[in-house]
Amino acid sequence: MMPDTILIALIPIIPFLCFLLLGLTGKKLGAFSGLLGTASMAVSAGFAALTAYQYFFHVGKIDGVFQKMVVFNYHWLQFTPEISINMGMLLDPISVMMLVVVTFVSLMVHIYSLGYMKGEERFSVFYSFLSLFTFSMLGLVLSANLFQTYIFWELVGVSSFLLIGFYYTKPSAVSASKKAFIVTRFADLGFLIGILILGFNAKTLDFGLLIERLIHVESPYLQTAIASSFMGVSALTWGLLLIFVGGAGKSAMFPLHVWLPDAMEGPTPVSALIHAATMVVAGVFLVARLFPIFILSCPVALDVVAYVGIFSSLFAAIIACTQTDIKRVLAYSTMSQIGYMMFALGVSGYEGEAGLGYMGSMFHLFTHAMFKALLFLGAGSVIHYIHSNEMKDMGGLRKAMPITHITFLIACLAIAGIPPFAGFFSKEEILAAAFHKNPVIFYVGLITAAMTAFYMFRLYFSIFWNKPTPSAGHDHHHHGEGPFTMMLPLFILALCSISVGFIPFGQFVTADGQFLANEFHPMFSIAPVSLALGGIFLAMLFYKNANELPAKLAVSMSVLYASAYRKFYIDEVYLFVTKRLIFNLLGRPAAWFDRTIVDGLMNLIGGLTSGFAEMIRGLQSGKVQSYAIWFFAGVLGFAVLFIYLW
Amino acid sequence: MLLENNLLNFLLVMLQELGLTAILIVLLFAKLMEGEKTSPMLYPLVMVLLLGHVLISFDGNTTGMLFSGMYVNTPLIGMEKGILGLGTLLICLQAGTWLKNHKHSTEFIMLLIATLMGMDYLLSAGNLLMFYLALELSTIPLAALCNFDLEKRRSSESAMKLILSSAFSSGILLFGISMLYGATGSLNFIEISRSFMGTEMEMLALIFIFSGFAFKIAVVPFHFWTADVYEGAPIPVTAFLSVISKGAMIFALTTMLYKVFGAYAAMWYNILFVASAITMTLGNLFAMRQMNIKRFLAFSSITQAGYLLLGLSGASAEGATSVVYFMLVYIFSNLGAFGVLALVSAATGKEEIHDFKGFYKNNPVLSWVFALSLFSLAGIPPTAGFFGKLFLITAGASRFNMPFLVIAALNMVISLFYYLKVVRAMLVEQQDEPLPTIAVPFYARIALVVCVAGVLLTGFFGQIYEYIHTLSLGF
Repeated sequence: MMPDTILIALIPIIPFLCFLLLGLTGKKLGAFSGLLGTASMAVSAGFAALTAYQYFFHVGKIDGVFQKMVVFNYHWLQFTPEISINMGMLLDPISVMMLVVVTFVSLMVHIYSLGYMKGEERFSVFYSFLSLFTFSMLGLVLSANLFQTYIFWELVGVSSFLLIGFYYTKPSAVSASKKAFIVTRFADLGFLIGILILGFNAKTLDFGLLIERLIHVESPYLQTAIASSFMGVSALTWGLLLIFVGGAGKSAMFPLHVWLPDAMEGPTPVSALIHAATMVVAGVFLVARLFPIFILSCPVALDVVAYVGIFSSLFAAIIACTQTDIKRVLAYSTMSQIGYMMFALGVSGYEGEAGLGYMGSMFHLFTHAMFKALLFLGAGSVIHYIHSNEMKDMGGLRKAMPITHITFLIACLAIAGIPPFAGFFSKEEILAAAFHKNPVIFYVGLITAAMTAFYMFRLYFSIFWNKPTPSAGHDHHHHGEGPFTMMLPLFILALCSISVGFIPFGQFVTADGQFLANEFHPMFSIAPVSLALGGIFLAMLFYKNANELPAKLAVSMSVLYASAYRKFYIDEVYLFVTKRLIFNLLGRPAAWFDRTIVDGLMNLIGGLTSGFAEMIRGLQSGKVQSYAIWFFAGVLGFAVLFIYLW
Repeated sequence: MLLENNLLNFLLVMLQELGLTAILIVLLFAKLMEGEKTSPMLYPLVMVLLLGHVLISFDGNTTGMLFSGMYVNTPLIGMEKGILGLGTLLICLQAGTWLKNHKHSTEFIMLLIATLMGMDYLLSAGNLLMFYLALELSTIPLAALCNFDLEKRRSSESAMKLILSSAFSSGILLFGISMLYGATGSLNFIEISRSFMGTEMEMLALIFIFSGFAFKIAVVPFHFWTADVYEGAPIPVTAFLSVISKGAMIFALTTMLYKVFGAYAAMWYNILFVASAITMTLGNLFAMRQMNIKRFLAFSSITQAGYLLLGLSGASAEGATSVVYFMLVYIFSNLGAFGVLALVSAATGKEEIHDFKGFYKNNPVLSWVFALSLFSLAGIPPTAGFFGKLFLITAGASRFNMPFLVIAALNMVISLFYYLKVVRAMLVEQQDEPLPTIAVPFYARIALVVCVAGVLLTGFFGQIYEYIHTLSLGF
């Protein structure tokens, strides 16, 4: 039995039609275009949910194993006699899960933007871009062919470029969009070459066949792929690593992450959709898609994935502690969480129990999409209210924005990994997988988890506590919370952040398609949870009341904390450890390194190119005589080079 | 009976060139008889005739040899001629607006078709003598065309520079041809290819002849003439030079390298590698800092020539196929861009990139056409340009020359940078007084619709590539 092809095909087609419609007639539709976009997105999300239901509960499982089902396959281009490019739709647990995530988050962002982007001059353009992005992302996750993936991958890049640069009058937005596009293009280059290498070796680009041909030791394709080498590394490893480079570019892994913080120049709902919940996990999705090849034929490449993941995770967490722009904090936290997903894949095995890391990674991808979208949308509400991204302009907002406050708190608890919120469950699986495989990664992961709790609550307290509530008399913001359209998504996403952790994820998404129990070990959870609580506690000490009057401080604090003991001893030590040690010794240099060396390198490359372009300008003198001399020099040079030297 | 058969055969094999000659004769008589004003029917009539010429070229049946090997036609060559004819037709359609106010519009079309005929003979040449004559036939009318903006000094300068540089390159080419004759004792392609001895004189001949081609294709460092000539010439002529003329030469180079110099494949592979790498890179660097869209397109076409050489270096049926396929796609993409530019320039005289800021505001459709063309030139999927480049790279990759591939891929990224710059100026940036709404006359509209359809659809129909592939197997 097969799932309903037309139903599935409609999931990406509806947003595409919506894009065409809004793109061509948007101006006339005006404010109505938002409603139209949202409605079509809702239909698409409904279909995705229906598909997920059909797949997971009715047709997907055969003999206890979830199957890869190609529901539609159109032979498109014959590349060479063996390799063809097809356009198809592949259903398997991860693509179905991504369908749900993408359409759901996209729907939330569509609803939210009705309020957030209201009155924007290019309102309908914004919605048409959102539709285009959703279409590309859905096409990406449904791809049945590596090349199809690449095409949609690029489309996703283009639509992200358009959305980051949406506020085109802001020079910073324009340069950010350019940077994002160029950096990811460099990564995509690796992806393309990787595709060609794998394709030529396996003589196919079809996912099913490709994986089939490259995982069995006796397969002749695999043997040639391992035998041929370049610079001492086998073609297979090159192919997989280059594909990972492509994934690392989209997923903002170090050192290709430089575009992500700048990408926050886009409208906040866009950050929520693209740069937090969907597009940036494309790299994780890609590695997961090719996971059997990684794990069964080329564990070395998987180790690279693991170490890049854990390093990015820690690196980003350290930097997140020092940022003052709230969207940048969230950007770095995204990078850190994606690092989590990456290293979870890196430490995972394939079959049965060993596949815990894979399951954890996908689970975290799922939960993260919910609470990170919530965080961004919450931040959007705050920015909408304050008209600033800077922490110092905020504080004491809990009274003014009660709904945002509560939902944001839920999201913070979820990302910090406090039970029973969603992030706790997925993080547990990841840490458990790391614990069994690689203690170094496990401990670094633990530290990162603690830091995550710290910087998230630093953010939380700085926004909602810290200063006294702005009194009504001096309040120049006449509106409080945003309109209903902005509150509804917050509410729904908060519900999800609480509940999705209880989904028995191992029943649905695993590396080998077989059932894997989500086991829960209370003893194991003690360390991460208490570390996270420690981080929260620390953040509370520093940021909850920083600027309040001592008298008020004493009142609001419990007796224990108000004691001199805290003031003169622990406080100082904590202050020393975090402010001096972490901030100055680790955070500042890391941030500096990020800004100066990594960014600088990227700028240097750009500078060198344009400098060289300036240099050769003189050659174009406008004199025919000098052209003739160059011509003659060329002939002579070629003659000498190719007849006598080469 | 025999005579009759021969005549029929002659007519069929040479149908394309004879057809063009017929069009030329029609134009000639029309010119002789025209009074104060050109007949309004002449232009559409010629367009229809030209369309007929294109259509008969695509059926892939014209094949044969005439004049003891002087003239050769194969299905692939027929296809190549069809592609060039299609490009010329599109340029004629786009030039309509500009020509309407020109006193010598009939001559313009005559010269253009004469050039096209020269190119057709060039592709069919099976003999060095024929080759050289056809080459000159395709060059000299071009110089006259460059000078067609009669009152503009830059236009005359452009023609002057083209003539001087062409003379220089022809000299080198002739030198190469005479050396080849000296070394092998023949002018016939097939005989030459059979009598190579491996001497240095033959290698030198290869390099001299390649340099002559390199000049026409604008390979760095033989490209310097292009910027000045392209900038000074009228836009339709610039389009013709950078697309059609280049395409004809790259097709002819394919024949020359694959058929005549097949024995030296290892050597010319290296030549193509170096030439292509330098051309792509420097072409990009030059293009990056151009402010004038015409010059910008001219330099970007240099980079595209670099990719073409990469595909050519594949030295296989795939190599030939990818080159022909890319030219087809390139004609659509580049003429789409030039078409919009020609309309804007004819209406307002503006050609700078910054003039195009906020172009979207009054001309949404035109700016999308322009943007699509640029996307295709930059090779962004799913436009046809992406597939064109992909096939070129795949053909060139058959030897697994990693540095070559990396250089090509890097250049693709760099080129994105400046293509996007223009797109951004049009779609995103604003200015106080953007260009006014520009009327699109009927003929230009047809041309643009064809270009857009080509850019969007060519990639989606795998059959096109497969068809060219079957033709080139017999090549």
